[in-house]
Amino acid sequence: MLNAYLDIIRIRFLMMLAYRVNYYSGIIIYAINIGAYYFLWQAIYGTSETLGGFTVLQMTTYVAVSWMARAFYFNNLDREIANEIKDGSVAVQMVRPYNYLLVKIMQGLGEGIFRLVLFSTPGMVIVSLLFDIRLPTEWHVWLIFLIMIFFSFLINSQINILTGLFAFFVENNEGLMRMKRVAVDLLSGLIIPLSFFPGWAIAILEWLPFQAITYLPASVFTGRVSGAAVGDALLVQVIWFVVMIVPIMIVWRAARKRLFVQGG
Amino acid sequence: MMNTAIIMEYLKTYLKTRLTYRADFVIEIVTDLMFQTMNLLFILVVFSHTELLGGWSRDEMIFIYGYFMIPSGLFGCFFNMWNFTERYIVKGEMDRILTRPVYNLVQLIMENLDPSSLFGSLTGALVMGYAWWQLGLGFEWWYVPVLVILVIGSVMIYAGIYITLTAISFFSDAPTGIQPMMYNIQNYGRYPVNIYNKVIRFVLTWVLPFAFVGVYPAAFFLDKDITRGFAMLTPAVGLVFLVAGLLFWNYGVRKYRGAGS
Repeated sequence: MLNAYLDIIRIRFLMMLAYRVNYYSGIIIYAINIGAYYFLWQAIYGTSETLGGFTVLQMTTYVAVSWMARAFYFNNLDREIANEIKDGSVAVQMVRPYNYLLVKIMQGLGEGIFRLVLFSTPGMVIVSLLFDIRLPTEWHVWLIFLIMIFFSFLINSQINILTGLFAFFVENNEGLMRMKRVAVDLLSGLIIPLSFFPGWAIAILEWLPFQAITYLPASVFTGRVSGAAVGDALLVQVIWFVVMIVPIMIVWRAARKRLFVQGG
Repeated sequence: MMNTAIIMEYLKTYLKTRLTYRADFVIEIVTDLMFQTMNLLFILVVFSHTELLGGWSRDEMIFIYGYFMIPSGLFGCFFNMWNFTERYIVKGEMDRILTRPVYNLVQLIMENLDPSSLFGSLTGALVMGYAWWQLGLGFEWWYVPVLVILVIGSVMIYAGIYITLTAISFFSDAPTGIQPMMYNIQNYGRYPVNIYNKVIRFVLTWVLPFAFVGVYPAAFFLDKDITRGFAMLTPAVGLVFLVAGLLFWNYGVRKYRGAGS
């Protein structure tokens, strides 16, 4: 059974490889975005040594690594699921001898691995040549970071699946999907690290799953979080991953009962 | 005269199709607004940690952002041709356009209107008005015509650049990925150019003049004499880029041979 899922990852990886030309321009787009925020943050720091607990060098590194991590964890599972619900092909998927949601995650993973190898890695090399950033020198930071962005991927995919499944209950969840996208970019710390928000906002954001997607792994990568606190950050991610399973199971069960296929 | 009548007809058809899917229309506006709010939030949060950003205050930054939204919304309303290659070249709809007597670009614009992005312009005007009031800037009657001219200039820059890029489809229907790239570059224009390094500043001023869709014209009303001269250049740069874009477009249309079927 496991083999079947591994094959799904492989197939999606190969599928992405077939359309790889699209990704060269993607790397440039990410570099453009990193560049904009790089200069912006340098100007924001001006003469200040540290802001929000980050030094300027940590901040520019944070910008670079959080965009490159986004390339890995980002996927369109919400859209794929919503489309399959709308055109009815989800019914065929559900009679097949595998778990539909697991298949979706595996497809997302195949896509993510593709981008990690052919996008984030060369992208990071390009970005570190263009901009003044500091990559970690200790190998164990890299290892922990890899584990953490794997959890970023899982949690982000869970949020996507949950958003996508809402297509079972409303006829058009386009708005919900778009709002989710803005929410993830803003609240995960991609645009602004959490520690820059006012105190009351931080208190709320710390109780939401979004920070586990960007803020926690990027903080570890830049060295802002180190020592025992790294374990805590990872623990927060693991807890969110486990907690998120519950609403997905509830929605999934409810959805299967009321599945009706639109059109025919 | 004939053109105005045709344009009215286009608008009527447009409204009819849009009103069939009212929910989508509202969703588009709401999500656009959310996106703008996110950008404003960025400015607000950042300025809770610093007084000045490259010599610009918070309200000045908000002012620039407000201005930036006005031409960008207008442009988005009239130039919504992101799927041009797909729909008109690959599927061959360009042939239909060319057999009709109205200028092809006008037909294309009218077929793809997107008035929901005008709400962005409206929000931008409100944001700019708020910053205007916060900064206690004076008001002269001639500010109004100047603002209109600057906005038109900025819209012409957008139009010139994107018409050129869209015209590439006449020569190659393979996806180039240049348009989304450009879309990301244009966001550089909403921040003061002096925060970037020399190369980027040069590019944003003379090559892909996105500094003229945000910071330069906005600075005209702020008491920043370094850039006031640049603000005056906005309509000129707009004219140059628009004319160049149209010439390239017409050249592309002449070269166009149809996709065959």
